[in-house]
Amino acid sequence: MNWDWSVIVEYYPRLLDGVWLTLELVFFSGLLGLMLAVPLALMRASHNRWLRMLPFSYIFFFRGTPLLVQIFLIYYGASQFEWIRESSLWPILREPYWCAIIAFTLNTAAYSAELIRGAIQSIPKGELEAADAFGMSRALKIRRIVLPRAFGTVLPAYGNELILMLKSSSLASTITLLDITGAARAVIARTYTPLEIFAAAGVLYLIIAAIMIGAFRLLELRLNRHQHYKMPAEVTAVDPRLKD
Amino acid sequence: MKAFKLFQVVALAALTTLSSSVALAGDKIRIASEGAYMPFNGINEQGELIGFDIDIARALCAEMEADCEIVAQGWDGIIPGLLGRKYDAIIASMSITKERLRVVDFTDPYYSNVLSYVVAKDSTLDLSNPDNLSGLTVGAQRATLAGQYLEDELGERVNVKLYATQDNAYLDLASGRLDVLLSDKFPAYDWLQSEDGQGFEFRGEDIDIDDKIAIAVRKRDPLKEKLNAALKAIVENGTYAEINARYFPFSIY
Repeated sequence: MNWDWSVIVEYYPRLLDGVWLTLELVFFSGLLGLMLAVPLALMRASHNRWLRMLPFSYIFFFRGTPLLVQIFLIYYGASQFEWIRESSLWPILREPYWCAIIAFTLNTAAYSAELIRGAIQSIPKGELEAADAFGMSRALKIRRIVLPRAFGTVLPAYGNELILMLKSSSLASTITLLDITGAARAVIARTYTPLEIFAAAGVLYLIIAAIMIGAFRLLELRLNRHQHYKMPAEVTAVDPRLKD
Repeated sequence: MKAFKLFQVVALAALTTLSSSVALAGDKIRIASEGAYMPFNGINEQGELIGFDIDIARALCAEMEADCEIVAQGWDGIIPGLLGRKYDAIIASMSITKERLRVVDFTDPYYSNVLSYVVAKDSTLDLSNPDNLSGLTVGAQRATLAGQYLEDELGERVNVKLYATQDNAYLDLASGRLDVLLSDKFPAYDWLQSEDGQGFEFRGEDIDIDDKIAIAVRKRDPLKEKLNAALKAIVENGTYAEINARYFPFSIY
């Protein structure tokens, strides 16, 4: 086995171009996905049965089918229809970039909606009762109590979802986009050095994931700071054995 | 063509030669093809191998008066299988490349691949001068000679889009995302004959990339000389031309 460092050095700039595209895809679809997920989650957590059922089939479809299939359906599938090609949406659906953003957004929104629903339903009843006792309107209650509390709870799980998104974004390479994986494949087709280039691509994903993990850790520390408990010094002063 | 899956092949070849070395029974010649590259090799509804490569293989066997068995084998494992003596020859539209020549021998070529541009019939693009491609979106399959030619020769001037499979490239040509497709000529000819390809045609000159297609055999296997003699014979006695005409109205030799 000859390990060839020089191809990594030579093609590094091409992989770095891919990093920007990957980051863009994850950032925009993450943001749009979240915006879509919040109302969906509120609907899913609603006490109105019909409202609750409404997003069900959407979430069921996007959680139940592979992302690769979704991307192909949006990119290659939609373009099969004459009326789509002639509609005003075509300038957007024509571009692989927007097809990827649409697919990732819809996919992550489905997962995030379920995560947020879980978080909303785990809010202690007492806090909602307190809000009602204050005479808060439904909208105010959602804004002041439900969402802030749910975001704190959902944060670790949502960080996880975004990291999954980062890795799923490699599927963008299947619709001709040159994200990290796409760039790596293009380089490999030329150099026949899959080991070196995929290893380099893997390291880039690791670095991005590490930054995301760090950012979510900081965010968690800040948003959930009221939940951190440290045994007061008075207790350990009384009985040092209690100190862990 | 399929010249660049070689890196996988070499790695697998090393493994397979270690693991299997069963000698072949009798003087039956076993030939492998892929079965996923129409019209050269494919599998029909009865599960039998069909196509140009298969017809050539049968004609060669008849010429050699040999008892032949033709088997289907996935592309990635096709060279390792040869080295592992699972069969004795590969007739699967394989390009001669110097990487492959390190591990196998090739017979004389039995056809030559050229590249061709495919465009919509209603497009007004004039490709008598390739400079007219400037600024257009041109597609090809990734890890093929067409993809490499596109990147190397036209990458500066056109918007290159590379696809994982040829079928995906056809879909994007049909949807209008691609202005032009650069492809191996003969499989594209097959597509142009299909229902989906009706609105499209070849345009401009063929591009000769010196891509020769031959039969792969194990290094120093005397079968190579027998196959060469048989190939020469079927070309001379018209059998080859007759098979060629079944698939293409022009000579591909």
